[in-house]
Amino acid sequence: MDFIAGWFHHLYETTGLNFTVFYDPYDWHRYLGGLATTVLLCIVTIVLSLVIGALGALLQSAPSRLARNAVHVFVVVFRNTPPLVQIFFFYFGIGAILPASQGADGMRLPIISNVQWAIISLSLFAGAFNVEIFRSGIEAIPKTSVEAAEALGYTRFKAYVHVILPLALRVCLPALNNNLVNLVKTTTLAYAIAVPETLYEVKQIWGESQNVLEMMLVLFITYGVLVGILVLIMHGWERMLRIPGYGR
Amino acid sequence: MESTPTPAPFAVLLPFEIKRTRYAAGPGSMRVLRVAGVAGVLVAGSAWAQTHADQLPPLDVILKWSPLLLQGFAFNILISLIAMLLGTVAGLGLGVGLLSNNRALQRGSWVTTQFFRNAPWLVLLFCVMFLVPYQITIAGLRIPLPDWIKATVGFALPVMANVAEIVRGAVLSVPVTQWEAAESLAFSPRRIFWRIILPQCVKRMTPPWMNLYALVTMATVEASIVGVSEMLTLTADVHSSEGSRPALFAPLYGFALICFFLYCYPIDRLTARLERRFHVH
Repeated sequence: MDFIAGWFHHLYETTGLNFTVFYDPYDWHRYLGGLATTVLLCIVTIVLSLVIGALGALLQSAPSRLARNAVHVFVVVFRNTPPLVQIFFFYFGIGAILPASQGADGMRLPIISNVQWAIISLSLFAGAFNVEIFRSGIEAIPKTSVEAAEALGYTRFKAYVHVILPLALRVCLPALNNNLVNLVKTTTLAYAIAVPETLYEVKQIWGESQNVLEMMLVLFITYGVLVGILVLIMHGWERMLRIPGYGR
Repeated sequence: MESTPTPAPFAVLLPFEIKRTRYAAGPGSMRVLRVAGVAGVLVAGSAWAQTHADQLPPLDVILKWSPLLLQGFAFNILISLIAMLLGTVAGLGLGVGLLSNNRALQRGSWVTTQFFRNAPWLVLLFCVMFLVPYQITIAGLRIPLPDWIKATVGFALPVMANVAEIVRGAVLSVPVTQWEAAESLAFSPRRIFWRIILPQCVKRMTPPWMNLYALVTMATVEASIVGVSEMLTLTADVHSSEGSRPALFAPLYGFALICFFLYCYPIDRLTARLERRFHVH
């Protein structure tokens, strides 16, 4: 650790490239905190958006017309409006209407914090895309498999969970992968409602140390690595799920 | 169980009904959307009762300021169109580079494409805003670069990378026999690419290109974060000029949502229709 800090200090003195994050413990901890928030946002929103996508795709084939239409409206609205405005609408619009308690210092304490609003709105946004992706997967599976499940006496829900969804998942993994990568990139929008994620913290750092170019590099590499890790996980999952005759 | 009538004899033999949604919206779905839109406006305006006598109700505030807000929205559209134009031109070049036989050019194009595809749009926007000077001096001629132009370039960069990928995918999806047939007719490789392969790709490229345009339009609001006075910035200004009432937030941002929805939804429908017609997966 000392060696790394020394090297970057030396780099600054010789070339003027000021990577404060790698030798100043204060900046390093801020960066780590931002990274931790980003990773938390990514993991929670990915899981929630998958759940929303699976539930939405199930409800799209529900017997009740109301449920089908509700899902349709949800998907269409969230797909065709800017995610940033969605975040503002939730955080400022709905957050301002909800009742709030008083903190110990007399400040307004909202029921739902900005991090939670970011998670909610990002999950809904990505979930709307996931509904469509799962639906395309469901449409691709052979009717005979569904009929076989019915013939075995599965209920609608059980057939969906044990037969339809697992098969659909294999078909739509590539599209899902794409959407989840987009979701990781979209988490940067939480910056707009002061969620202390990577972009927010890095902007604080370059605001104080005047090292925009260096911190930009750190940002690009950070998100490159995050996306890379996600793609690796997804490819591993794809390999794990592979059954002959399905997918590509 | 006995009280419920069975829907059909041997229901067990019937397949699941999986309704298609996006490609064939069920009957009445437009009506549902309209109802939902009206309901949304009503919910947004529900804070009406809390307003005092000397304050305008939310709907009146929106009506009063709508000319300004719609001007801001038009600015969003302008930014999206220019960014799309720049990005498409650059992306076509980059896409051809991806397919080039020249090793160095191909590797260089690939690295560029990957870099601009995997970086978050907002980070690219910050990058352009902070690292590009506010004016360029070329041979004594000073060209000022206003913020919105820089933001437009910031949006054009990811568009470029995505268009390059679309071009590459489309060219690779043309059957090899087309190349062979053209070769047997003694076309030069360059002419095969420009006169035979690319024209066939235009059809395949249109739906994903339109999808990308919708994404760019929705991304333009991010320019408000870096201080371009587009619709979202103006919405915040209107809110503060009306006394920063919490009850006004939802109607104002709801209005912005509705504007973008009315612009992007038809594009989405048209894209779906074209996809169905071209049978491109």
